[in-house]
Amino acid sequence: MKFKNMRFVAAAAALACAATTTLAADQLKIGMLTTLSGPGAALGIDIRDGFELAVKHLDGKLGDVDAKVIVVDDQLNPDAAKQAADRMLKRDKVDFMTGIVFSNIMLAVGQPVFNSETFYISANSGPSQYAGEQCNPYFFSASYQNDQLDEAAGQLVTDQGYKKLALVAPNYPAGRDHLNGFKRFYKGDIVMEEYTQLKQLDYGAELSKLRASGADAVYIFLPGGLGVNFIKQFSGAGLGDDMKLFAPGFSADEDVIAAVGESMVGIQNTSQWAHDMDSDLNRRFVADFEKEYGRLPTMYASQGYDAALLIDGAVRKVGGDLADKDAVRTALESAPFEALQGNFKFDVNHYPIQDFHVREVIKDDQGRVTNRLVGKVFENHRDAYVEQCKMPS
Amino acid sequence: MDAVLLLEQLLNSLQFGLMLFLLAAGLTLVFGIMNLINLAHGSLYMVGAYLVATLANASGSFWLGLAGGIAATIVVGIVLEMTLIRRLYQRDHLTQVLATFALLLMANDGVRMIWGSQPINTPAPGGLAGPVELLPGLSYPAYRLFIIAAGLLVAVMLYLLITRTRIGMQVRAGASNREMARAMGANVRWLFTGLFAFGAALCALAGGLLGPLLAVQVGMGESILILAFVVIVIGGIGSVRGALVGALLVGLVDTGGRTVVPWLFGALMGPAAASTVGPSVASILIYVLMAAVLFFKPQGLFPAHG
Amino acid sequence: MAETGNAQPAYRHPRSLLEHSLQPFVALPLLALLVTLPWITHALDADFYTSVASRMLILALAATSLNFILGFGGMVSFGHAAFVGVGGYTVGILMMNGLVSGWIAWPAAFVVAGLFALMIGLVSLRTRGVYFIMITLAFAQMLFYLMVSLQQYGGEDGLPLASRSRLGLGLDLARDTQFYYVVLVICTLLFIAFTRVLNSRFGHVLQAIRENETRMMALGFRVYHYKLLAFTLAGAVAGLAGALLANQSSFVSPALLNWTESGVMLVMVILGGVGHVYGGFAGAVAYLLIEEISSGRTMYWHFWLGAILLAVVLLAPNGLLSLLRRKERP
Repeated sequence: MKFKNMRFVAAAAALACAATTTLAADQLKIGMLTTLSGPGAALGIDIRDGFELAVKHLDGKLGDVDAKVIVVDDQLNPDAAKQAADRMLKRDKVDFMTGIVFSNIMLAVGQPVFNSETFYISANSGPSQYAGEQCNPYFFSASYQNDQLDEAAGQLVTDQGYKKLALVAPNYPAGRDHLNGFKRFYKGDIVMEEYTQLKQLDYGAELSKLRASGADAVYIFLPGGLGVNFIKQFSGAGLGDDMKLFAPGFSADEDVIAAVGESMVGIQNTSQWAHDMDSDLNRRFVADFEKEYGRLPTMYASQGYDAALLIDGAVRKVGGDLADKDAVRTALESAPFEALQGNFKFDVNHYPIQDFHVREVIKDDQGRVTNRLVGKVFENHRDAYVEQCKMPS
Repeated sequence: MDAVLLLEQLLNSLQFGLMLFLLAAGLTLVFGIMNLINLAHGSLYMVGAYLVATLANASGSFWLGLAGGIAATIVVGIVLEMTLIRRLYQRDHLTQVLATFALLLMANDGVRMIWGSQPINTPAPGGLAGPVELLPGLSYPAYRLFIIAAGLLVAVMLYLLITRTRIGMQVRAGASNREMARAMGANVRWLFTGLFAFGAALCALAGGLLGPLLAVQVGMGESILILAFVVIVIGGIGSVRGALVGALLVGLVDTGGRTVVPWLFGALMGPAAASTVGPSVASILIYVLMAAVLFFKPQGLFPAHG
Repeated sequence: MAETGNAQPAYRHPRSLLEHSLQPFVALPLLALLVTLPWITHALDADFYTSVASRMLILALAATSLNFILGFGGMVSFGHAAFVGVGGYTVGILMMNGLVSGWIAWPAAFVVAGLFALMIGLVSLRTRGVYFIMITLAFAQMLFYLMVSLQQYGGEDGLPLASRSRLGLGLDLARDTQFYYVVLVICTLLFIAFTRVLNSRFGHVLQAIRENETRMMALGFRVYHYKLLAFTLAGAVAGLAGALLANQSSFVSPALLNWTESGVMLVMVILGGVGHVYGGFAGAVAYLLIEEISSGRTMYWHFWLGAILLAVVLLAPNGLLSLLRRKERP
């Protein structure tokens, strides 16, 4: 009997503790739900770090209101993510949500967030569903629509004259989106199309098939640790001599380079942002990021930074009053901020219209292996699904 | 599907099966002789992988890292056995499940606290980073060949150890009939500690070898643990020979499933569908295999208990 | 050293082996607290915790169904989470096809999960000890991989539910408080039924089988049939819990069927007290409370959860509730 009473006292105490967290006033609460463990950890960590650097640059405020960023790990598990989102929305009562890296998590968590009339500012995930048929007034992307980097890559590979392509991606909504995007702009033959498991790390079987396929180029969509392993094993199997490797920006970004090393020199990738872009804002971002975190920022970091700036601009525009959701939405739609990549405005489906560039992995004068901006593929590029969006007002 | 692809897949399955064997061997000995269900066995594999990777990166030498990491994991295993595991021998299996599950939880977060959530990357040792041409047209990564060689070497050594040495004899006696082994003078306490540490060493070897191939990350032990249990049930609890046969079978079914099934289904349902169905069917096949073995030979293929 | 090869717990009740009372001195205050919980959480401006409590009750139901076959029937099933998952998916798939009524979907979950339990039990119950554990695990994993491969039901990404089940009667289950009361009613009724079954002839036979299967067979009881019936019933109840769980999170995913979830359920029962009437309930509540409290405090809460579980193993070998029993012994 005593033990049972103890248990309920503990429960009541927990409730009381929880209650105090909801009483803080005049504070902007940002719920950052992102992947901080497993093979995708580097991506979520970069988004978090980029976002927090922006808040730091703004003296701990967003839109002149003190900002509190609540960071929770979604563990790349839709069930855990749903529960975490639930907690953020109902217990912590966040004003904005952001952070999700992977689209399967996004699709699981999206609806409850929208139903609670909380704005979601995506710092990475851009599923086609939210660009087209399921476009939602509460969803905004500060990054890009999943397919767009691949569309740019498809155009690039076609322009460079490769005729026999192999494609590899993990099997989940974004994986399929990405390869579809590539195929939309690629005009040659596809000799192999391979889908792997989302947490798969050993690509032995796929590499064997790749060799047997006779492709002259291979395009991969493998974010974070997945890409690291694939590229390492690709080099280990000596396939780099037989075929050229193309990737979307994040599969050849600074984190992958740091892990794989010199064997990456020569890989071309497409991205909406590059760390050597020529603007004061970007130079400051890259320099401070490197100083604060000891590494070069990836695209994910730039997206996190942009997301924070977007929120800052919108909150500033409504004067800190978040009660009028329509006003907040209008403010967001006007893209009231300067993005790191420059040209940025919102389309009707709340996805950005922006430029896409080519980067190449090179070894610079200091002997450092890194990305360099080498050209532009698309200008003011819209996503492929915007026509299907009938945005409810 | 051509012959080259088939050969490569066979080699892949051999490599996977041999690594699985390293884990299963330790697990089957611990379960068979000490009657201990150890859900934390996968955690030893994870800790071993982390230690090897860290030491290899710190010292710049993969071999030093491997040796050091295995030694360190042996120490961890000994400490664990002497403090906690020892108290579980007398308890029933349910309590062992609870205790080792708790250890699994603690190990996962413990590793995260020490090393962070990001996976650690280790490069393969210098000479083995590229491919080797085995036959004209068949290039295979040298490192994977090395893993296969290492796995076979360990299998042979284990065989010699168990069949040709005194300790091996005591181990076999213990697996077969614990009371009699005791009565005949085997020092059970040291034998148990040694066995547990040996299992830990095998785990560390597997984890260390696989490090350059996969990523060393938190939770890497869970998926391989369940396969290890399947292997020892198929092979027969307590039998190292059974663990080898079981592991090779499972490796074959797994790799085969991941390639043959999508190839079969690919024509029917398109690449995306085929490639999810493939690995799932492969995994289902592994469990069907286990159920079938249990149905026909309930004690496994090579039961240790006479 | 004695042979500890059996998978069944070795302990003794201080009371009569077969008397399992609801213990009104415990049950009534507990029920009163549960009934008034939504008022309490609302007063503390912590309404979120009503949905936490719903989750606790649902998992307590699932754990109790496992305790039924584990603690009272001596069957260590490492695949019980699969039945929870099957129940959840039944609701999800029906909803995907337009059937939103809880009056159809929830009994359907009960029946479908029961059928799976029957099929799995038919094969598994022919084995004993660790092989029974492994084969229940195997079947659960097969179901897990099956759901992963079925892309039309979401595959590995899971299946979101468009809304909660509809029950009519003026109830709107989307409101957390109303959902909580529905869950409370169902769990209370099933829990009472559970104690009734335990104290019935069927329950007595089952527990006697746990104690000594050979003797019961010698006495002429058809042991296999009793175990199969118990296993099926437990699976069916787990399926109903799964239906409620799917409603609570508006989401089902294959992760629900994975062996680690079965492991968590086992841990809950062992933690609470195998073979105690309130074992499943106590274990589920304790586990989830530790999870809820510590996940708010630190990122590394699995570590502390594990440490607490270890402490329980060392200090309270027969589960938390056995600590109470110890005090009551003369």
